[in-house]
Amino acid sequence: MKLDSLIPAPLRKPAKPGASNGAAKGPAPADLKTAPAERPSDAQRLGDRAKDAPADVLAWVDQRTAASGFLTGMLYRKVPKGTNWFYTLGSATLIAFVSQAITGVFLAMFYTPSATQAYASIAHINNDVFLGQLVHGMHKWGSSVMVILVFLHMGRTFFFGAYKYPRELNWVIGVVLLILTMTMAFTGYLLPFDQRSFWASVVGININGTGPVVGPYLSDFLRAGPELGATTLSRFYAIHMLLVPGAIIALIGAHMYLVVKLGTTAPPWLKADKPKVAASVSQLDAGVEGNGAAPPNGASAS
Amino acid sequence: MKPADKQAYLEEYELLKKKGKPFFPYAVLKDSAMMLVVVGVIILMSVLLGAEQGPKADPTSTTYVPRPEWYFFFLFELLRVIKPPELVPIATIGIPTICMVLLLLLPFYDRGPERNPIRRPIATTAGCITIAAMAYLSYLGATGGSPTEIDMKVAPQYEAGKEVVAGSGCLACHKLGENGNNGPGPELTHIAQRIPRAAILRSVEIGPGIMPSFRDLPPKKLNELADFLSSLD
Ligand code: HEC
Ligand code: HEM
Repeated sequence: MKLDSLIPAPLRKPAKPGASNGAAKGPAPADLKTAPAERPSDAQRLGDRAKDAPADVLAWVDQRTAASGFLTGMLYRKVPKGTNWFYTLGSATLIAFVSQAITGVFLAMFYTPSATQAYASIAHINNDVFLGQLVHGMHKWGSSVMVILVFLHMGRTFFFGAYKYPRELNWVIGVVLLILTMTMAFTGYLLPFDQRSFWASVVGININGTGPVVGPYLSDFLRAGPELGATTLSRFYAIHMLLVPGAIIALIGAHMYLVVKLGTTAPPWLKADKPKVAASVSQLDAGVEGNGAAPPNGASAS
Repeated sequence: MKPADKQAYLEEYELLKKKGKPFFPYAVLKDSAMMLVVVGVIILMSVLLGAEQGPKADPTSTTYVPRPEWYFFFLFELLRVIKPPELVPIATIGIPTICMVLLLLLPFYDRGPERNPIRRPIATTAGCITIAAMAYLSYLGATGGSPTEIDMKVAPQYEAGKEVVAGSGCLACHKLGENGNNGPGPELTHIAQRIPRAAILRSVEIGPGIMPSFRDLPPKKLNELADFLSSLD
């Protein structure tokens, strides 16, 4: 209940985010400044100016980006009744990815993707670099955490029927994200270049090679030569830290866009009370678009 | 889903949404709590489990565990279940590809309007069976290790070869008497009955199918290994 105080008053009861018409609002920035009542002292005026500065900056940015409409729409959009902890698994996956990305950047500062130096550079990270072992360990164990979370999140959307109309496309994007996540796991495993990772990758590449038709081409591509060696390592590295993460970031963007646009599902066992429906459905407006009730005068747009 | 069903869903959803709470701060609070837990767990695992390196990669070395990271165990175990060489492509690429395609296309063949898992018995059962199968295969993979010792009586002149086989990870994929895993490779207990020494040596050097090539082993070890295996009849 107390949390309600964080919501701007006009948005508190009837949701009126107006996410879809994000056009720049002329008057809004002006509203943020209040006309001075009397002539205050210079020091006071300076103080007021300073206090207004953040609002002025925001207003300046908003005038040029019209971001506030979108942001209020996004932040104060309603999340359906009954949303529970299972719905946090997506954000959990997201933060696991962000953690992988950040720790990965730091590892990349010290890692050398060469067959002769990779092993030593990892040893250097572990033994000499400040907090190196911690960051390396976070990246290593974070990969397991992320794989588990992706599967849990997929299980949640599966059992809740969240892949059905109108969210089919978000499911498809999700499956591609799953495949890309597994690709990251596979290509990352070789990079430490110790015995375990070396031989596991030999077998992994051979497994790809047994596939029908494309198999041999796939394993040749991955191995980048007759035997697993220096070229394989740099190829895996490029895939692991440039190609696939780029694709994942782009697809997460699309995934999130659709989540905000379509809203998250309500738990499938919840039903809206029917009696009230009869009255309100007609007013519910034809617009699937609006995030809430449209303004009554509704003269705008279309 | 019929257009009427779609319309009904959207209306129902709109109502449930109206009764809901704003994303900020309510959902944001839950999400942030969950995120903190995730980062906490990752840091904790890193501190507790560390990031030790194994021995340096060495194509000519003989001690290694040719096993994938645990989240690929279920794929690797599939190869133990499906062993005949002509079926291997089905297990390695076929089944995973089919599963991925089925997963990708799920919203296009499961088009019923029902979303409650209890009233979607087929989907729910299929989901549970898939999870159980993957968990079971992962469990098999986790417990079926790669022994590095062979408990077996052999003539003294073959002891050296036995050690090479034991130390080269062959048992991760081959069964030898009472030792090792039954698959994905064929049993080696009576290998000499099946193929001659030269063929054994060729298999080890080429690495047929998913088996790694061992042509970088020192020639002496290769010879000892071949001597040992060709004595098994
Ligand atoms: C990653 C798993 C794996 C490892 C490790 C492995 N093998 Fe194999 N091996 C296989 C598979 C799978 C086959 C069957 C391949 C085919 O025919 O397509 C095979 C086939 C063979 C054959 C031919 C058997 C026949 O009946 O034709 C021999 C001999 C053999 N392996 C010996 C070895 C030795 C010796 C080692 C250790 C130095 C070893 N393997 C390590 C998977 C493995
Ligand atoms: C990198 C991996 C992924 C990230 C970061 C991610 C993130 C998210 C987030 C934050 C949400 C918001 C709602 C929620 O948390 O449940 C969401 C929703 C969704 N995700 Fe993912 N996801 C990923 C992978 C997947 C996968 C593998 C699938 C399924 C194959 C999937 C399918 C969906 C669906 C259908 C929704 C809508 C759920 C609803 O409306 O209730 N996502 N995702």
